Amino acid sequence: MANAPTVMGYVRPDGRVGIRNHVLVMSTVICSSVVTRRIAEQVNGAVAIENPFGCGQLEPDLQVTKRTLVGMAKNPNVGAVLVVGLGCEQIQADEVADEIAKTGKPVERIVIQDVNGGTPAAIERGVTLLRRMAEETLAQRPTEVDASSLVMGVECGGSDATSGLASNPVVGYVSDKLIDLGGTVILSETPEMIGAEEILAKRAVSKEVADRIYEIVGKWVRLAASYNVDLVGTQPAPGNIAGGISTIEEKSLGAIIKGGSRTIQGVLDYAEEVKGKGLFIMDTPGYDIMSVVGMVAGGATLVIFTTGRGTPTGNPIAPVIKVTANPYTYNKMKENIDFDASTVVRGVETVEQAGERLFNLMLEVARGRQTKAELLGFREFVIHKIIPSF
Amino acid sequence: MQTAQSLPDVRDATLLNPSDNVAIALRDLKAGDAVKLSVGSSTVVIRLLNDIPFGHKFAVRDIPMCGLVVKYGHVIGRAKRDIKAGEHVHVHNVESLTSVHSACKG
Repeated sequence: MANAPTVMGYVRPDGRVGIRNHVLVMSTVICSSVVTRRIAEQVNGAVAIENPFGCGQLEPDLQVTKRTLVGMAKNPNVGAVLVVGLGCEQIQADEVADEIAKTGKPVERIVIQDVNGGTPAAIERGVTLLRRMAEETLAQRPTEVDASSLVMGVECGGSDATSGLASNPVVGYVSDKLIDLGGTVILSETPEMIGAEEILAKRAVSKEVADRIYEIVGKWVRLAASYNVDLVGTQPAPGNIAGGISTIEEKSLGAIIKGGSRTIQGVLDYAEEVKGKGLFIMDTPGYDIMSVVGMVAGGATLVIFTTGRGTPTGNPIAPVIKVTANPYTYNKMKENIDFDASTVVRGVETVEQAGERLFNLMLEVARGRQTKAELLGFREFVIHKIIPSF
Repeated sequence: MQTAQSLPDVRDATLLNPSDNVAIALRDLKAGDAVKLSVGSSTVVIRLLNDIPFGHKFAVRDIPMCGLVVKYGHVIGRAKRDIKAGEHVHVHNVESLTSVHSACKG
């Protein structure tokens, strides 16, 4: 395509393209979290992911945790990985490290119980291993790659009426444009599809995909009903209600617009790797951080996140671009918000005009421009749980 | 900080789809305000019965108890009691169709 936009990417050995080059240290269980954090603190440029689970998990729940950890490390925004285990946990460091190594990226591992000298010795060894990997990894320079290599997650959090009115339509414009250029977009937060499932199912590429959309939405409706509680107060949350959203259907109809209007190619499980181009749905909770983590573990290399009430959150390895269309929120929280879409609410810009501006900002971020959440060091991480711990 | 009054170019309210029976306030509106709304090519005037904060909804016509509430051209819930044109439409008088404690059948 002539004049197709390009971004600056890191082409990994498996062919996937990242737009950041993180050196990651990750715990396989909460018991190795502090060691993980202390190793990261001593290596400039390293990021830590601390797993709050890793033990006492039934198999289906264990698979979700494992898939999330491995997915985060396999994400092409990560250049090298150190896996830190305790030794006696369910999620073994070797198993995780071997899976990550299939991407061809450098992977090291340490197991605290195997190191003579306890945690101080494990930290010392980890720092040495990580520093060596960082030296090589951080020397890499990005190259010009086609924007179609981007995998974008779309998210909303702290929504209010302006989310459905303007910021989500503006993000929807960007989603459509990226897909038309050959890129990939992930729309998540299944509870926020309740009441809008028919619209989505009509856009499914096949009957199988349409059936799956009804199936995942129905699952969340039945789950809430099984506790004999109404969703209101949770979905929508108190802040959504203060912002004028009355029901989950209203929230959903405003939320799904951020995925744009293109054909839905498939439905992914939480943290499942996205393979293919176009628009995909991932079955995640509406809890925003959990949803962002699921999409990034599934391969999203950047996230656009709309907010009405104002939220500062980021991600350990993917840039998160914050957008609001609430003029009061933008004025109060400029330091946390990257893009002002209130121009659309105020009638001074159309959705298309604001969408073009946001698309260009998204390209700049994919060329290395730091988002507000990155500059402020916001790296929230939480994993979806499907069964209580045992 | 900017107030709603100081924002340039703000219309009072918007109806997102011609089939909607609720409109969205684009600034803080007051009870008694006569709000002009574009519906397709015509303009209607709604006299507000309550204060309507920025982003919140008001009915553009009467909605009977258990009647459907429509925004974006789609159903967003049903009325928990009779709602008059110009009335604030929110959690006190509208519920999700998923509600397990509804007084409405179906």
